[in-house]
Amino acid sequence: MNDVTIMLGRSIKHVTRSMDTIITVTIMPIAFLLLFRYVFGGAIQSGSGNYTNYLMPGVLLIAIASGISYTAFRLFTDMKSGIFERFHSMPIARSSVLWGHVLTSLVSNAISVVVIMLVGLVMGFRSSAGILAWLAVAGILALFTLALTWLAVIPGLTASTPDGASAFSYPLVFLPFVSSAFVPTGTMPGPVRAFAENQPVTAIVNAIRSLFERQPVGNDIWVALGWCAGILVIAYAFAIAAYRRKIA
Amino acid sequence: MTTESPAIRVSGLQKSYKDVQVLKGVDLEVARGSIFALLGSNGAGKTTIVRILSTLLKPDGGTASVNGFDVAAEQVRVRESISLTGQFAAVDEILTGRENLVLVGRLRRVGNPRTIADDLLERFGLADAGGRRVATYSGGMRRRLDIAMSLIGDPPIIFLDEPTTGLDPEGRLEVWGVIQKLAHSGTTILLTTQYLDEAEKLADRIAILHDGTIIVSGTLAQLRELLPPAKVEYIERQPTLEEIFLAIVGKR
Repeated sequence: MNDVTIMLGRSIKHVTRSMDTIITVTIMPIAFLLLFRYVFGGAIQSGSGNYTNYLMPGVLLIAIASGISYTAFRLFTDMKSGIFERFHSMPIARSSVLWGHVLTSLVSNAISVVVIMLVGLVMGFRSSAGILAWLAVAGILALFTLALTWLAVIPGLTASTPDGASAFSYPLVFLPFVSSAFVPTGTMPGPVRAFAENQPVTAIVNAIRSLFERQPVGNDIWVALGWCAGILVIAYAFAIAAYRRKIA
Repeated sequence: MTTESPAIRVSGLQKSYKDVQVLKGVDLEVARGSIFALLGSNGAGKTTIVRILSTLLKPDGGTASVNGFDVAAEQVRVRESISLTGQFAAVDEILTGRENLVLVGRLRRVGNPRTIADDLLERFGLADAGGRRVATYSGGMRRRLDIAMSLIGDPPIIFLDEPTTGLDPEGRLEVWGVIQKLAHSGTTILLTTQYLDEAEKLADRIAILHDGTIIVSGTLAQLRELLPPAKVEYIERQPTLEEIFLAIVGKR
């Protein structure tokens, strides 16, 4: 555990010393927030009073999906620079090397989420959620981040170029657009609607939206948690397998 | 810890990558407190041996022990006994030189990582640069920091994989000085190099790795005996370019 803390400290310095990574991660979601709120928003019938509230969960997921590509990039850099080999030839818990990066991803994505929420507040985001609902939102986002971070570990360990390490997140960033994140799924044509309603983002967005609005979360939260846990378990298994292949 | 056993003992070591057999039964023994140079051309398998000895790679066959511990069965004990300075300076570019040293010190559980970091910065001529990010360092400075990081915790055995590749003549001399000082303090050093003069200058014993096996091994004097005795010739000795370079640049 001590080793993990030391590794986390090291990796956090990488984040705080290149604040541009936080800026590049938050700027695109903020742009979407502005675009949908002030350009498209007027024409979209979301069926709820406050469209900024409606947008917020999906925009947060976009931020996390693009934020984890930096985890893949940092991991890739460590692999290539030889510092991984140095750590692995030292008498420390080898797993701490990966966990340091994973926990750093949780911290840096939490910072991005807070920054976007603050921008959202300025644009009129309001929530009447109580402390428990907020904790539930934080928990879902943390689980989502953890699941995608382990997914990011796979290209981070196996990619042969830095671009390859971070490119995998593009489709993830696109996923919220074919979901209930920006518009209700009801107007979509059959097959698109079927996809949108049965992919993880819709369940996660709906659950977070209900928590913010103090509405009953119903089944959505369990579907959302199921997706996150499922992705986490599978990504973790593949990431550890990739790690074992790289390290004797 | 068995002090009588050699620092490193390798016997019948084999390793293949896919169809290519890189090590075809390597045997070698390194005495405690000595500098052992492993010579070989690029791709001869020097790094593969070092990676196996530092528990980063599993051999296909044969045995290897480091500080009396088997590299396959007692990995943790092996790692406690060694430090690896790999072929490329394994330093964290975003941290400062001092932070790199403190990081390793904390991971190795030394009592006072900051004091040790400051001592090492001083010893390696990096005291002024200690607060700067490593990204701003020259190749020689990185290499010195890299070696300094390997000394933390005083491991009895140090692997140096091509420590002077890519360094300028001054950087090379600096690193040589460091290695000699280390050996004087009793540390066992396994050094790989493709520079013959480096092995000649530093090593107590030299082994030549070729085609997957050690083809000769011994002291420099023993290796010389393999060839016909030296002829006496009189030649005008011109200064080498290295001597000229160092004289003009004015160091040492």
